[in-house]
Amino acid sequence: MTDSTLVRSLHYLLQVLTALLLPPLLPGLINKVKALMAGRQGPPVLQLYYDLARLARKQAVYSRTTTWVFLAGPVAIVAVSMIAALLVPFGHAPAPINFQGDMILFAYLFGLARFATVLSALDTGSSFEGMGAAREVTFSVLTEPALFLGFAALAKATGSLSLSGMLASPGFAISRATGPLILVLAGWMIVFLTENSRIPVDDPNTHLELTMIHEVMVLDHSGRPFALVLYGASMKLMVLGALIVGPLLPRTSHPWLDWAGFYAAMGLLAVVVGLVESATARFRMNRVPQFLVAGLLATAFAFFLLQA
Amino acid sequence: MMFLFALSAFLVAVSGVPGLWLRTGGGRAAAWLIGLGALAGLAAAGMVLGGAAPPTLALLHTPLGTQGFLRLDPIGAFFLVPVLVLPACGSVFAIGYWGDQHESARRLRLLYGLTAGFLVLLVAAAQALTFLLAWESMAVTSFLLVMAEDRDPETRRAGWIYLAATHSGTLCLFAAFGLAAGAGASFLFGPVAPGLAATPRGTAIFLLCLVGFGLKAGIFPLHFWLPPAHAAAPSHISSLMSGVLIKMGILGLVRGLVLVPDPPVWWGALLVALGALSGILGVAYALAQHDLKRLLAYHSIENIGIILLGLGLGTLGKSTGHPVLQALGFAGALLHVLNHSLFKGLLFLGAGSVVHATGSRDLERLGGLARSMPFTACAFLAGSWAICGLPPLNGFISEWLIYLAAFRGLALPRFSHWPVLALAALALIGALAAACFAKVFGVVFLGEPRTPAAAGAGEAPRAMRAPMLVLAGICAAIGVVPVLVGPALARAAGAAAGLPGPADLAGLAHLGTLTLIALPLLAAAGLIWAWTRKGAGPRTGLPTWDCGYAAASPRIQYTASSFADELVTAMRFVLRPQVRWRRVLGLFPSQRSYRSHVPDPILDRVAAPCLDLAERGLAVLHFFQSGQLPLYLLYILITLVALLVWMVA
Repeated sequence: MTDSTLVRSLHYLLQVLTALLLPPLLPGLINKVKALMAGRQGPPVLQLYYDLARLARKQAVYSRTTTWVFLAGPVAIVAVSMIAALLVPFGHAPAPINFQGDMILFAYLFGLARFATVLSALDTGSSFEGMGAAREVTFSVLTEPALFLGFAALAKATGSLSLSGMLASPGFAISRATGPLILVLAGWMIVFLTENSRIPVDDPNTHLELTMIHEVMVLDHSGRPFALVLYGASMKLMVLGALIVGPLLPRTSHPWLDWAGFYAAMGLLAVVVGLVESATARFRMNRVPQFLVAGLLATAFAFFLLQA
Repeated sequence: MMFLFALSAFLVAVSGVPGLWLRTGGGRAAAWLIGLGALAGLAAAGMVLGGAAPPTLALLHTPLGTQGFLRLDPIGAFFLVPVLVLPACGSVFAIGYWGDQHESARRLRLLYGLTAGFLVLLVAAAQALTFLLAWESMAVTSFLLVMAEDRDPETRRAGWIYLAATHSGTLCLFAAFGLAAGAGASFLFGPVAPGLAATPRGTAIFLLCLVGFGLKAGIFPLHFWLPPAHAAAPSHISSLMSGVLIKMGILGLVRGLVLVPDPPVWWGALLVALGALSGILGVAYALAQHDLKRLLAYHSIENIGIILLGLGLGTLGKSTGHPVLQALGFAGALLHVLNHSLFKGLLFLGAGSVVHATGSRDLERLGGLARSMPFTACAFLAGSWAICGLPPLNGFISEWLIYLAAFRGLALPRFSHWPVLALAALALIGALAAACFAKVFGVVFLGEPRTPAAAGAGEAPRAMRAPMLVLAGICAAIGVVPVLVGPALARAAGAAAGLPGPADLAGLAHLGTLTLIALPLLAAAGLIWAWTRKGAGPRTGLPTWDCGYAAASPRIQYTASSFADELVTAMRFVLRPQVRWRRVLGLFPSQRSYRSHVPDPILDRVAAPCLDLAERGLAVLHFFQSGQLPLYLLYILITLVALLVWMVA
C-alpha cells in the first residue's frame, strides 16, 4: 500500500510541476511552427519564459481610472488555472483531485477567470477594452453549452461523473462511442481555439485594437500583472488542451510511459494549432458565432447519437 | 418551540407599530423588533432542521373544526430562514434609506412588518384556509408597499398590474384547493390518493396550481407584473419581494408536489421546460435593460427558472423511481431558493445604495462608483459573483447540485432528453448571467463617471452598509463552507422530495470537497496578489490611453447598451429591440442620437390589453360599489340569508 501511495504522490508531484513549469513552452512551440511554415527563423521556443522573467522585474503602470479590480483578472486567471490543473487528468492516471461533479467546477472556474478578466478590462474605462470584453462574453455564451454537452455525452458514454473517469478511461477503442467521441472532440477543439483566442476566432498577433478579442482586454496591463496574464493564458492552453488529448491517448504498458505519451500529445496539439494558424485566416467577426454554433451542434449531436 | 415561532411572527408583524407614535427612531425600533423576532424564529427553524419534531399550533377551535392550523415542518423551517433574514436586513437598511423625512416612512414600516409577519405565518400554514388567508394578506400588504410612491403614475400602474396578477393567481388557487377537496383530499394538506394525479381532475389541479403559484413566482410568461413592481418599489421593499415574496410561489409548488405520491412524467418535464424558458428568457431580457432595478427583477425570473429546473428534475426522479435524482433535484432547488434570497436581497440593497447616492437607476448615467463608494462596490460585486454561480460563493453550490441532478438524470433510460435540456439551459443561463453582471458591475462601478451626479456620489451611511455586509458574509460562508447548510438542507430536501428520511446529500454530493478546493483557490489568489502588489510602482496619475483623441470625455466609454448589443442583436428574434437612430453622414456630422428599448412582450401585448379590457368590461359592476357603508352591510345580510336558505333547502 505504502508503495502505491508513494508512486501516486510522485505522479501528483509530476502533474503539479508539469502544470506550473511546462505551459509557457506551448505558445513558443506554436510560434516556432508558424515561423517555420512561413519560412522564417522565428523566436526561440523558450521566448515566453524570457518574457515572463523580464516582465516580473518591470514596474507596472496604472491608469488613474483603475481600481483594485484591475488586478483581479490577472490574479484570477493564474489562480484558477492552478486549481483547474489539479482537476483534469494528465494522461491516464486519475487527477490529484477528483470527485463526482468536478467537471462542473472545472467549467465554472474558467467562468470565474473570464468574469474577472472582463471586469479588469472594463475597469480601465477604455472603449477598446469594453469592445473586447463584450466580444469575450458573447462568444462564451456559445462555448459554455458546447463544453457541457460534451461532458453530457462523455458522462453518458462512460457512466462517470468525474473528469478523471470521463477522459482517462475510454482510450481510443473502437466501440459504439467512437463516433460520438470524435464529434465531442471536434466540438471541444472549437471551444479550445475560442477560449484560448487562437485563429480562426481571434488572432493573438493582431495589431489593430478594433478587431481584437482577448488581446484588447489586456492592453493596459504591464509589468507583473501582464506577466500573470501571459502565464495564465499559457496555463489555460495546457489545461484545456489536456481535456482534448486525454481521450485520444493510447494506453501504454506502464504509467510512466503514459506521461511520455501525454507530453508528446501536448506537443502535437501545439503543432496542430500552429498548422491551423498558418493555413487559415481568421473569420470575420460576424462569422465567429456560426463557427461556435457548429461546435455546439457537434457536441449536441454526439449526445443524441449515444442516446439513440 | 411553537412559542418561539409565534413570538417571532408577532414581533415581526408589529414591528412598525411603535414608530407610529415615536417622533424619531421609529426605524430603529422596527429594526430591533424584527431583529429579535428573527432570532426567535431562526432558533425555532434551527431546532426543526436539527431534527426536532415539527411543532404544531391551532389558533382557533370552533364547532366546525380546528381553524388556523400551523405546523413548522422542515420545508417550512427552511423557507423561514430567508423569510426572517431578509426583513431583518431590510429594516436596518431602511433606517438610512427611507428615513422619517419621507412622508410615507411610518406607513411603509407598518406595512413592511405586516408583510413579513404574514410571510412567517405562510411558511407554517398547514391548512388550505390558513394558507390562503396568509397568502392573500401578504399580497395585499405587499401591494400597498409597492405603492409607496403613489404620486407617480408609473408606480400606480405597476401596483395595479401587480394587484390584478396576484388576485388572478389566488383565484386559481381557490379553484385548485376546491377541486382537491372535492377529490377527497382534505384541506389539511394531507397526501392525495395514488392515481389521482393521472386523472383529468389531477391534471386540472396541477395546472391551476402551476398558474396560481407561477404568477407569484414570476415564471415566464406569468412574470409580467414583476419587473414594473420591483422597479417601482423602494429598494428594501424590492429586496423583500424579489428575495422572499416570489419564493412563496415555489413554496406552494413544493407543498403541492409533496402530497402527490405518483406524479406523471410530464409534470417534471413541464417544470423543466418552463424552467429552461424562464431562465433563458429572464436573463436575455435582463441583458437588454438599462434600468438597474428592472434588470435585477428580470434576473429574479431567471433564478426562478433555475429553481424550477431543480424541482422538475426532482419530480422526474419521483415519477421514474430514481431517488438520487429526486434528492439532488429538490436539494438544489431548495438551496437555490435560500441562495437567491441572499444574493438578490444583497443586490437590491446595493442598487438602493446606488440610487440613494446618485438619484438614478439608469445604467448609462452611472459609472466609476467603485472609487467613491468602495464598500457598496465590493458588496455588489459579491452579489454579482454569487448570482452568476461562480465559485467559491453560494450560487455555485446550488447550481452545482442542480447540475449534478441533471448529470445523474442522463442515466434515465427513456427520459434523458429532459436532463440534458436542463444541463444545456443551465450552461447557457450561466454564461448569459455572467455577461449581464459583467455589464452591470462594469458600467455602474468601473470606468469614469458618466454624469456629474455619478461623480458626486458618496458612500452609503453605516445603517445601509451593515445589512449588505451581513448578506455578503452569509453568501461567502455558504459558498466556502457548504457543509454548514448540508444537514439542514438534507432534512428539508428529504421532506420536499417525499423521501422517508433526510436526503443522503453527504453520499451524493461531496460538499466538503468544495471547501478543500475553495480554500487553496483563495490562498493562491492571495499569494499571487501579494506578489503582484510588491512589484507595483507609484501611480502615475495619468488617464487610460485613449488612442490619441483630443477631447475624450467619459461618454466615449462603452455603455451598457453597447456592451450588450452583440448578444441582444443575436437574440433579436425573441427580444425584438426597438431602435431609433439616424445614420451618421458626411465629414462633419451634426449631433445624432441613438435610442434602444426592449419592451416586455407579455406585458405590452397580452397582459396590459387584457387588463384594460377587463377593466372596461367590468365597469358595469361599479353600480354595486356605491361607497356607502349601509349598502355594503345590506349586501352581507342578503348573502347570509341566501346562504341560510340554501343550507336549509
